[in-house]
Amino acid sequence: MRRRSLGIALWLLIAAAVLAVYAFAPRFVSDFHSRDLARAGVFFIAIVGLNLLTGYTGQISLGHGALMAVGGYTTAALVVHEHWRDVWTIPLAGVAAGIVGFLIGLPALRLSGLYLALATFAFAVAMPSLLRKFSGLTGGGEGLRLLEQAPLQVTGLGGTVTVFGHSMTQNHFLYYLTWGIGLIGFLVAWLIVRGRFGRTFRAVRDSEVAAASVGIGLARTKTLAFALSGVYAGVAGSLLAIQDEIVNPLTFTFLLSILILVGAVVGGLGSLPGMVLGALFVQYLPDLSTRVSSAQGVPDLVYGLAIILVMILLPTGAGGLLKRLARPLTTRLYLRP
Amino acid sequence: MLLVFDWTQLAQQTVIGLANGGVWATLAVALVLIYRSTGVVNFAQGEMAMFATFIAWSLVHHGLSYWGAFFLTIAISFAGGVALERAVIRPVERAPVLTVVIVTIGLFFVVNGAARWIWTPETRSLPNAFSTRPIDIAGVAFSIQDLGTIGVSLAAVALLWLFFRFTKLGLASRAAAVNRDASRLVGVRVSWMLALGWGLAAALGGVSGMLTAPALASFDQNFMQPVLLYAFAGAVLGGLESPFGAVVGSMLLGVLVNLIGTYVDWVGTELRLPVALAVILGVLLVKPSGLWGRAAVSRV
Repeated sequence: MRRRSLGIALWLLIAAAVLAVYAFAPRFVSDFHSRDLARAGVFFIAIVGLNLLTGYTGQISLGHGALMAVGGYTTAALVVHEHWRDVWTIPLAGVAAGIVGFLIGLPALRLSGLYLALATFAFAVAMPSLLRKFSGLTGGGEGLRLLEQAPLQVTGLGGTVTVFGHSMTQNHFLYYLTWGIGLIGFLVAWLIVRGRFGRTFRAVRDSEVAAASVGIGLARTKTLAFALSGVYAGVAGSLLAIQDEIVNPLTFTFLLSILILVGAVVGGLGSLPGMVLGALFVQYLPDLSTRVSSAQGVPDLVYGLAIILVMILLPTGAGGLLKRLARPLTTRLYLRP
Repeated sequence: MLLVFDWTQLAQQTVIGLANGGVWATLAVALVLIYRSTGVVNFAQGEMAMFATFIAWSLVHHGLSYWGAFFLTIAISFAGGVALERAVIRPVERAPVLTVVIVTIGLFFVVNGAARWIWTPETRSLPNAFSTRPIDIAGVAFSIQDLGTIGVSLAAVALLWLFFRFTKLGLASRAAAVNRDASRLVGVRVSWMLALGWGLAAALGGVSGMLTAPALASFDQNFMQPVLLYAFAGAVLGGLESPFGAVVGSMLLGVLVNLIGTYVDWVGTELRLPVALAVILGVLLVKPSGLWGRAAVSRV
């Protein structure tokens, strides 16, 4: 009993610490850098979504950049064509990408492993071409420019935003908006993973035959995971559109899908807290490698070396390391004496 | 209106498609080699081929003939592939598959960055390996370059097949791919067989790079990225397990892409790859392990 209350106290402490970091982080970085942090939040949300699919359900996706494109373009199109206020488009962007996620999950009922990866890869590779082709809705290669085409719908145009009586700069607003949604998304993912759905997800990942034989509907579970993951990617894409105030096909290339996958594996598949580190890795490593030397090609060289080094040192990602570090603590808390 | 169908054009476009497909096939077989032994798609395969092509360019620049540079580059690529496997893949040999995949993505950035660092990013060109004079077969003019490209890619793949089929080393590396533990028990050095696989894949990739570059008016450090996409698609179409499937799959894809691009106006050049991928997806839904792949059977 005492151990149990100790465990609850520990969780409350962690939650309080996370909220404190969330609330006060912008005070310690410049206004400009809180925009970078907001961008890291976008990666965080997409990576948590991918982790639900790849880390917990075992389905590989090389197409999350394209799902983000669905979210981003939903937001941009609603703002530019329908004159919606930008932040109110976020839920719809999530729903739209969720539906598309469900649809690209359908081949997963037949395909597995790398053959499934090809299906999602096809989607990711096709996306920029499709966006250029259907230029009536998407603005073609030019993309949609929220700030120029619908300035009245962009939150924080005047430089400050007032939320619940607090006035803050636009960059701070974007930070709080993105990471606020990120934290909610994280909490939802955590509840899902801990609950019934999380167990069916993991059962499917570990053995499809065994899962099916205890009565888990494979089709339902897989498409659900894809749809759920799509919602996260869509919300992330929508936030990206709001932050950049522009979407175009070059934002959502195959490279974006790859970066999200890198973030998820570096963060540690099958671990949620590690995703924060995965997101920070993807966001800040390119800048850091430019600092080493800006000579032609060297930043990429350093970037690649860093990825390889992290994978060699932490084959199960940062999440694996966190688990190993926390084990002495958690076993003492949860093990019966 | 009388519709005149131009058989000459069809034949020419088919051969061009086969030539493209042949180049993709060499890279696709390289992907299959690594996939069979490690279960990993090597995302850096195209960049390794690009690097090899730049080495070949340097050799030509220093006065070697195309074919001299060609064979020297193949040897260098083989050594480079083995070295890369030892340096970055061996440390993660026992890690989860996706970890190895991410390492190859890291390698992608490393090789691309290194190439831009060593050779500044201006565009270059390689001399044509074959005469550009067209050759007349049954009234249809084909380019010698296309036919030569098909010939060289098929020859490279055939040589590799002979190696795997008729040499003891080839047998050992096939055994290592099928069952690591059993091979180790009968004395095969499994880890070195993986390195051998990487070396052969790198050499084969080099061939595909050196065949792609002369066909382009000029090339830069990113010229193999589309080829990698097509090769991956071709390999999946054929079934990732089968080198033969990869060759046929890539060639089918080459013809398909070229004919769609030529005859369906709406598709044009922009949507070629997406349409081809959609067709592959359709094929996969009917045959989930590709045309020549084995259905995965696992014991529960």
